[in-house]
Amino acid sequence: MAKKTTRNKPASKASSAPTPAKRESPWAHRDAKTGASLQKLADGVVKSALSGREPKFDVPTRAASNTKWNKSRGILQMGPATSSRELFNLGQARNFMQTLLHGQGIQALIAEGKTSSLRGMFYKSLHTIQGTKEKTFDDQTESDKVLEDIEVTLGALREELHVFAKKRGTMVGNITVIDSGDEINCRRMGSGGYAIPSICEPEVIQFKDVGADFILHVEKDTVWQRFNEDRFWETHNCILTEGSGQPTRGVRRMLHRLHKEHGLPVICLLDCDPWGHYIYSVIKQGSISLAFESERLAIPEARFLGIRAKDYEACDLSDDVQIVLNDRDIDRAKQIMAYPWFKEDRAWQREIKKMLDNGFKMEVESLITKDISYVTETYVPERLKAKDWLS
Amino acid sequence: MTDTPRRKRPSSKAKGAPADSPGGKPARATAETMAAKQREISVSEFFAKNRHLLGFDNPRKALLTTVKEAVDNSLDACEEAGILPDLEVRIEELVAPPSPTKPGRYRITILDNGPGIVRRQIENIFGKLLYGSKFHRLKMSRGQQGIGISAAGMYGLMTTGRPMLITTRSKKGKPAHHLELAMDTSKNKPEVTVDIETEEFPDTSSGTGTRVVIELEGRYVRGKASVEAYLEQTAIANPHAEIVFIPPDKASSAEDADIAEGEQSSLLPHSSPASDSASSAVNDGSASVVRTTEHADRIIYPRAVGELPPETAEIKPHPYGVELGSFLRMIKQTEEKQLAGFFKNEFCRVPPATVSEIAKAASTKTLTLTGQTYISRVDHAAAERLYRALQDSKLRAPPTDCLAPIGVRTMLAGMLKGVKAEFYAASTRSPAVYRGNPFQIEAAIAFGGDLPGDQQARVIRFANRVPLLYQQSSCAAFKSIVETSWRNYGMSQPKGGAPVGPLVVMIHMASVWVPFTSESKEAIADYDDIRKEMRLALQECGRKLGTYVRRRQRMKRESEKRDVFERYIGEIAKSCEALTGAAAAEVYDALLKQAKRRTEIADAVLDEDGKIIAFADGNGRLDDDDGVIIVGPDGEPPSPPAGGTPAKPTTSRSDAEAPAPKRKPKRPAAAKPATKQPPTGKPRKKPRGHAPPGKKPSSADPTAPAPSHKSKPRMRLSPDGTLFEVA
Repeated sequence: MAKKTTRNKPASKASSAPTPAKRESPWAHRDAKTGASLQKLADGVVKSALSGREPKFDVPTRAASNTKWNKSRGILQMGPATSSRELFNLGQARNFMQTLLHGQGIQALIAEGKTSSLRGMFYKSLHTIQGTKEKTFDDQTESDKVLEDIEVTLGALREELHVFAKKRGTMVGNITVIDSGDEINCRRMGSGGYAIPSICEPEVIQFKDVGADFILHVEKDTVWQRFNEDRFWETHNCILTEGSGQPTRGVRRMLHRLHKEHGLPVICLLDCDPWGHYIYSVIKQGSISLAFESERLAIPEARFLGIRAKDYEACDLSDDVQIVLNDRDIDRAKQIMAYPWFKEDRAWQREIKKMLDNGFKMEVESLITKDISYVTETYVPERLKAKDWLS
Repeated sequence: MTDTPRRKRPSSKAKGAPADSPGGKPARATAETMAAKQREISVSEFFAKNRHLLGFDNPRKALLTTVKEAVDNSLDACEEAGILPDLEVRIEELVAPPSPTKPGRYRITILDNGPGIVRRQIENIFGKLLYGSKFHRLKMSRGQQGIGISAAGMYGLMTTGRPMLITTRSKKGKPAHHLELAMDTSKNKPEVTVDIETEEFPDTSSGTGTRVVIELEGRYVRGKASVEAYLEQTAIANPHAEIVFIPPDKASSAEDADIAEGEQSSLLPHSSPASDSASSAVNDGSASVVRTTEHADRIIYPRAVGELPPETAEIKPHPYGVELGSFLRMIKQTEEKQLAGFFKNEFCRVPPATVSEIAKAASTKTLTLTGQTYISRVDHAAAERLYRALQDSKLRAPPTDCLAPIGVRTMLAGMLKGVKAEFYAASTRSPAVYRGNPFQIEAAIAFGGDLPGDQQARVIRFANRVPLLYQQSSCAAFKSIVETSWRNYGMSQPKGGAPVGPLVVMIHMASVWVPFTSESKEAIADYDDIRKEMRLALQECGRKLGTYVRRRQRMKRESEKRDVFERYIGEIAKSCEALTGAAAAEVYDALLKQAKRRTEIADAVLDEDGKIIAFADGNGRLDDDDGVIIVGPDGEPPSPPAGGTPAKPTTSRSDAEAPAPKRKPKRPAAAKPATKQPPTGKPRKKPRGHAPPGKKPSSADPTAPAPSHKSKPRMRLSPDGTLFEVA
């Protein structure tokens, strides 16, 4: 065991000298809790084994069927259903083993006070089962799913398991962030911006000097570059974030904290296609697979600024920006239309219907056909001023 | 020749002038001239010209038919004399076939240990067509018409000019007679060219015996419908016989070799460990199976049961099986004086009460018939009325002591000998009747093992223990297999075809008169009654197979399951140790125990019906059914198939008036555990390689499918259990 372990030191941590002491103290109680629940899980297995009962544990079901739409709170929540993970069940035996392997790996991380990437975890628990040619994990996807299972089973956050995902997402704006003790002035990040870490818990990230009025979240890096280059965050006193498509948990946690702790409205600028609509939906109410984290990730008040289906006419765009909706897009759009939180929203129904009627989708970049800075100088300011958004 | 109505007027003979023109030059045939040409057609001559009717239509078949007729005769003779048959069949190639289309020249020698033939009968038996004891009687025997061996000799004579050589010793210790026999085909008369007494006759186990040598033109082939296939199947249906076959490709090397000393033991009756003193000699204690063995110079089909088939009674015809023409002939030819005697002695199952009844029914105003009526007074019309009344009367079915089925255990022994499979089932139906002829159907199946899984099931058919090699598709046996729904038993079966899978299906019909579709006796005629019995017999076997297949699948699944569990348990134990501090080895052992318990069915030993009879720990149900044998992966069967039956030749069936549908010889208790062969001695699996921490993994490769002792790796069962594939 643990022969092939690769310990990826999180970049965020490596940079600061006084970390170990600092890092451990705020996490200490979380670690104790995680360790205890891990041990409880394993204890149950041992006890069952020794007493001749079948070892098993309950895993909350992460499926659409067990996801409830909490209308009053405006978020997706996980239901009470659990499924049993049994060792002596042909379909679950392997998963059972993997869960314990990862549990062991996590315990080691906690003990050492280190964190590992998802990929690192995959390698940490990866080996060939003795006497066979079978590997404990076929690929990282299998490993990631087991980790998510452990999260829900232990009721622990991924951060609490000392596991982080790949960094994705950038931020810049009128705010200073303290990241593992380092002060980061997001007003002076040049053209690259501050990379939003995977773990954005208060123990790691604190905010200081929040001067911005709102957050503008754009879908991808290219658009973000445009806004940053045009110093949009300066002229409009905002924080500019980007999630490289579907925003990671880190990005969503960052947005959520800024929104909750500092009351900053979150305004999204996404593509006019089912994918863009879905990203908005996830930011707003959470996703099915992470429904158990909705409460600390979802921002029901997030707004959708554009691109809107009407913009083709409203902005007088050329034919060239049209990207024809394919069958999959149409199916997906119809699914999204049927989401309970969109279904009762007539504005959203109109919006998606309009897109379907158009028969094409549009990217944010399509506004460049008007002018290179049309989006930053005209489109967004006008819409903001008119409060022309969907929510 | 009389000048009676047999006159023919072939128009082809007419050359031109009218026959009645007195002075015409080319006179037409007159009754006189024609009469000069009309003469009796010799039966021999007829068959010389129509040899295909007897199975001599091509060189290849001629060779087979010759062997077949001789072997059938030998077996019949041995059994009638109560001798366990020892046969040696030798084929020598004198001239190889010059081309694939031309025949070669062969010498066929068949030696038996039968009772021998008395000198005066030799010519008649071998030199005369339609001479025999079998045609006139209703008795279960291999040959029926008495044309076989003489036709073979005639064929040899015709194609090579060489006479048939017969050497026979009918009394132990006395010199043998040696005859060389030709045949005058025009007179249906044998011609003896050499007639000497000789001391040169091989020692047979009985001291008596017959050797027949025929030289003929033929072709020796291998494979389907070959001599080898015929002998193999004969051995299956006649496990009480020992047959040694020396094929031409081996005969040369065996020219001088007699039966090797070392193999002598296999000539002795096989005996089970449980059988009594009669089994004395060899093989005692060993539960090894008797299997066909191939040697450098010969193939030996050893004896697998030491008991002769019971002797069968001869029966009189049953009225339902007699047609009007035959009835009229019978009434004309009978030596009985009165009707009562006629019905009593010429038929079976016509009691006096019935005679009165039908006599009354056949009476008219002018002619009153009773049992006392003299037959001479019965005219044609009255006879016909009698016949109708007889057919309308309610008669008991014919007696069935005329039938000697092979029997379930003997069939199993035969199958076990000739077919390498893992599952064998057999069943014998109760006797039934078609057209007044009693018959009995038996079926056996062999499944799995080394049998090819992707081909149509092999069908072997027997009539009175004689293999039928040709015309499979027109045979009632094959039709019954096709119409049986094999899918119910876990086999795949194309529509309107035989099942596909590692399967051998055997059907045997025992009857006093097997209805063949032709004189060459190659296919059983398709009577509804017969086909129905066949189907029922197949279904009996099929049900057992289905249970076994399903159970085996389940075991396979469980065994695979255990494999999976065992694979992960080691990892889990180690993780648990890391997480909780509990000793990994302890957790491992506890989990392994659970895994075994949860998949214990994989260790179960199956019974004949595929039910669990014993678990690995020795506990479990025990069941008793003689109808099935299951063979372990090492190819060793659980028990001697004929366990408990004395090896001593017995022909008496004193205690059995009618053959029981299933003969269940009481097996001695001692033989029983061997039958079920629980894998106790040898653990069914080597310990797997998923060793707990601290233990070294064994060399076993656990990724390989679990070698369940019921499943061969060559075959795969689909999850729904309908398909078998060779991996």
